Amino acid sequence: MPLRLSYREGPGNPWFSWQYVRDNSDTILAALAEHATLTAQAVALAALVAMPLAVLAYWFRSLTGPILALSGVLYTIPSLALLAFVAPYVGTTNPASVLIALVLYALLMMVRNALAGLGQVPEEVREAAAGMGYGKFGRLLRVELPLATPGILTGIRLATVSTVALVTVGALIGYGGLGDLIFGGFRNNFYKAQILTGTVLCVALALALDVLLAGLGRLLTPWARRGGR
Amino acid sequence: MRPGGGPVQQAVVWLNDPLNWTNPGGILDRLNEHLAISATAVALGCLVAWPIGLWLGHTGRGGGIVVLISNVGLAIPTLALLTILPLTFLGFGRPPVVIALAVFAVPPLLANAYTGVREVDPEARDAAHGMGLSPAQLLRRVELPLAVPYLAAGFRTAAVQVVATATLATFVNGGGLGQIIGAGFGLGIAAGGGQILAGGLLVAALALLVEGVLALVERSLTPRPLRRRQA
Repeated sequence: MPLRLSYREGPGNPWFSWQYVRDNSDTILAALAEHATLTAQAVALAALVAMPLAVLAYWFRSLTGPILALSGVLYTIPSLALLAFVAPYVGTTNPASVLIALVLYALLMMVRNALAGLGQVPEEVREAAAGMGYGKFGRLLRVELPLATPGILTGIRLATVSTVALVTVGALIGYGGLGDLIFGGFRNNFYKAQILTGTVLCVALALALDVLLAGLGRLLTPWARRGGR
Repeated sequence: MRPGGGPVQQAVVWLNDPLNWTNPGGILDRLNEHLAISATAVALGCLVAWPIGLWLGHTGRGGGIVVLISNVGLAIPTLALLTILPLTFLGFGRPPVVIALAVFAVPPLLANAYTGVREVDPEARDAAHGMGLSPAQLLRRVELPLAVPYLAAGFRTAAVQVVATATLATFVNGGGLGQIIGAGFGLGIAAGGGQILAGGLLVAALALLVEGVLALVERSLTPRPLRRRQA
């Protein structure tokens, strides 16, 4: 077994070590679970806030500019600064601080893409729906939102991938999921195996969630597959 | 630090102490570090991304690579690069921080340079061919000038992102305004709450300022007829 030999004979601080993974599987899995939970919560909450905002911006043209500008400003503010704004009020030992900062950060991508998706609903379709007697809400729920699904999902995918990367910043207050592994490894005598394990899992989680959401998108928009796009 | 008042009041008190600005490691020092790190990183990113993006756009190939790089760039945590790079041959200090930030500046710069050249009107390209311009002349005299608004847009995105992300250098003690926030968290909420908030305000103000200034630059670099289309 070459792998076994390599870690036994390797230098004191290898970039990767199965022994580290085996000995710390509990910690690693806990960090991964925390990371995934924080990401899922943040994306879900951001979607809950972003969708109504996008619909408002879609219905009332005069609100489009301010809503996009506000989410743009929130996006420009550094993640660490958002954490700094939230933490003194919510508490530095509270994972909710990280969660709120993540939600604020994910808003822009979701609002912008949902709005783009809604804007791509063809005028004829909207008129046809109105002609069939759909009211404002009926049309939104039965016609416009389903047709905007690709745009909405693009926003959710972008937000998810960047949220996974951003959760690591929470390591500053000890709620960073895999970021705790990365940062902990750095502070613990630059333990390379721990840093790289955290990093690899982080990227893998982002890719896995992205693929998952892409698959969900295919399921939700069967018409896009049939059309020769 | 006094305990009285909420975090906002503490932050105001902290910001009003002149020593917090002028001390070694005070706000002015940190601001200088922050700007130096960010400027170097963005310059490095431009040096790498622009030639490649322009060339890929010129040849019309590599669109898939550009998208791939953008997506992967989104998925890699900044914290990971910031902690990994100092442990490689780069060693500790400023170079690994600058390179880590430059890596994250590359995707927007690359994508915009590529798009900028791809978006050049094919008729302009044909006309240039007809006038006898060589491929290199075509790139330099036709495609590059027409891509300038895109280059400016990419520069703005990248610069704002780098200025914002440079805050994270505090994780590896790399300097910059993030150090103020990091030190505040080190003190805990009771003593450092004001400092945390003040640091956050400074960083946010800097990011928004850079965004505003570069938006004006981008606007002035975009020829008037093109302005409305981009908005």
